[in-house]
Amino acid sequence: MPDVSPFVILFAAVFTNNILLVYFLGMCSFIAVSNTVPTALGLGAAVTFVSVLTAAAGWPVYHLVLVPLGLEYLQFIVFIVLIAALVQFVEMVIERTSQTLYVNLGIFLPLITVNCAILGLCLFMVSWSYGFLQSLAWGAGSGIGWFVAVVALAGLRQKIRFSKVPPALEGAGITIVVAGTMAMAFMGFAGMVAIR
Amino acid sequence: MDVGLLLVSAAVLGGLAGILALVLIVADKYIADYGICKVDINRDPAVSFECRGGGNLLMALAERKIFIPSACGGQGTCGYCKVEVRAGAGSVLPTERMHLTRTDIRRNVRLSCQIKIKNDLALRIPAELLAVQEFACEVEKLEALSHDTKLVRLKLLDPAAIAFKPGQYCQLNVPRGYLLRLVPPIFEPIFRAYSIASMPKDEGIVELIIRLVPNGICTTWVHTLLAEGDRVTITGPYGEFYLREDSERPIICVGGGSGVAPVRSIVEHLFDKGTQRRVDCFIGQRALRDLYWHRENVARAAHHKNFRYIPSLSGLEPGDAWEGETDFIHLVVDRSIDDASDKECYLCGPPIMIDAVIAVLKDKGLPEERVYFDKF
Repeated sequence: MPDVSPFVILFAAVFTNNILLVYFLGMCSFIAVSNTVPTALGLGAAVTFVSVLTAAAGWPVYHLVLVPLGLEYLQFIVFIVLIAALVQFVEMVIERTSQTLYVNLGIFLPLITVNCAILGLCLFMVSWSYGFLQSLAWGAGSGIGWFVAVVALAGLRQKIRFSKVPPALEGAGITIVVAGTMAMAFMGFAGMVAIR
Repeated sequence: MDVGLLLVSAAVLGGLAGILALVLIVADKYIADYGICKVDINRDPAVSFECRGGGNLLMALAERKIFIPSACGGQGTCGYCKVEVRAGAGSVLPTERMHLTRTDIRRNVRLSCQIKIKNDLALRIPAELLAVQEFACEVEKLEALSHDTKLVRLKLLDPAAIAFKPGQYCQLNVPRGYLLRLVPPIFEPIFRAYSIASMPKDEGIVELIIRLVPNGICTTWVHTLLAEGDRVTITGPYGEFYLREDSERPIICVGGGSGVAPVRSIVEHLFDKGTQRRVDCFIGQRALRDLYWHRENVARAAHHKNFRYIPSLSGLEPGDAWEGETDFIHLVVDRSIDDASDKECYLCGPPIMIDAVIAVLKDKGLPEERVYFDKF
């Protein structure tokens, strides 16, 4: 277990080690659902929620079940199953409790199941041999980091809609250019904190 | 790799998956429990009902024998199952939006297959739809009309008679046993819409004209497995495409491909009633081997001065002995009709044919409100 405070990990996961802009995980839903700020807010919140839950559930499953039995190689399939079940669960809860959130997230929730950011954060947390609290912080931080990035991109895309974009770059082109520029900006944080 | 490790891996993976499945099942039972919900229809206690929440509205209505038309079987792709929901459905879902016009949304029209019953609902369903019934039938006759098209004559058993207007359609249910045997199996109910090709006079039978569609679920079943004497169920009648009998205007009928079915019902019905209206009937097919309902029409044209029959084969095959028209049907209509301003027009066939024919007829002065069509 690296000797890093969970608070540092939380901060680092949002800024210096942003799962999206530094590790480039979860790009598909990042591009697909960043049309407007409200939907981005919804999906970002859902991803944050699911990532905390997965980290909280994935850590004990890995360290208390897979490691003692020497079955670390099952981590991929186990995490995938775990994430799928959690997303189903979250969908059920959201549908029951908030109609507004369900309308905005309804068709996007299944996207989280195959969101590689979530699987990625689980794999990072075990390969860096984080403790439970550190994993929780990493999960929460990654979720919030994804949230920040997707909302920022959605805000930019809303502005771009009223800007003069060269015809060849309209749509996906300019979105990827903007996302790349954001990633470069986040590179400025690189190396500020060590988290492993 | 030793067997022990293999067994442990399998047990761990299976166990984990099992636990997660159990959690989901329990959650489904408790979190997704919406209790008993009231569904009010037209404020009429005779048709309103109560049901367990959680299911979708289309299926709940079908269980109570209220048949809302649907061609895709509740997948949200056909957009037919529109129902006016006055209260209780929440806001429009993204999956409905592409099928609803702005007027629909203003009038609280929703896609019933996308609405989950989570609380009490208040609906308004037009009386015609409430009149739709389910019929148990026996296949009385199967007849090959052409190389890929069959006439299926169904004898109605329960109820034993159907009241419909020529041009309307019914839905044929594909039997569950067949769907489960498919690879991969299909678990949800599947029904497909077919125009009724027989006359309303013959109220004890329904004739459908079904053309084999490559890889079609329903048509493959009809063409390979269905046999005379089999029991099937249909629902109907549906549709706004039907003959307007209160008018005296001359009629143009255009049928393309298997769109001949409702045209057959309309034309046979008119002449059975001894109509004095002028009827121009255009039939478009590919080749000679696709042409059916031909001799009847030739004979009818010889007997009735007010009937004109113009078939056209647009894709003749080598060896076809054919003297008639060989153009696409809209070109034939263009040549054969001079002035359409006083006429009434019934079109059934593929969308591209219908659009082309409408464009031609509009040029000839036919007002839009007298064009009735059924695209499929």
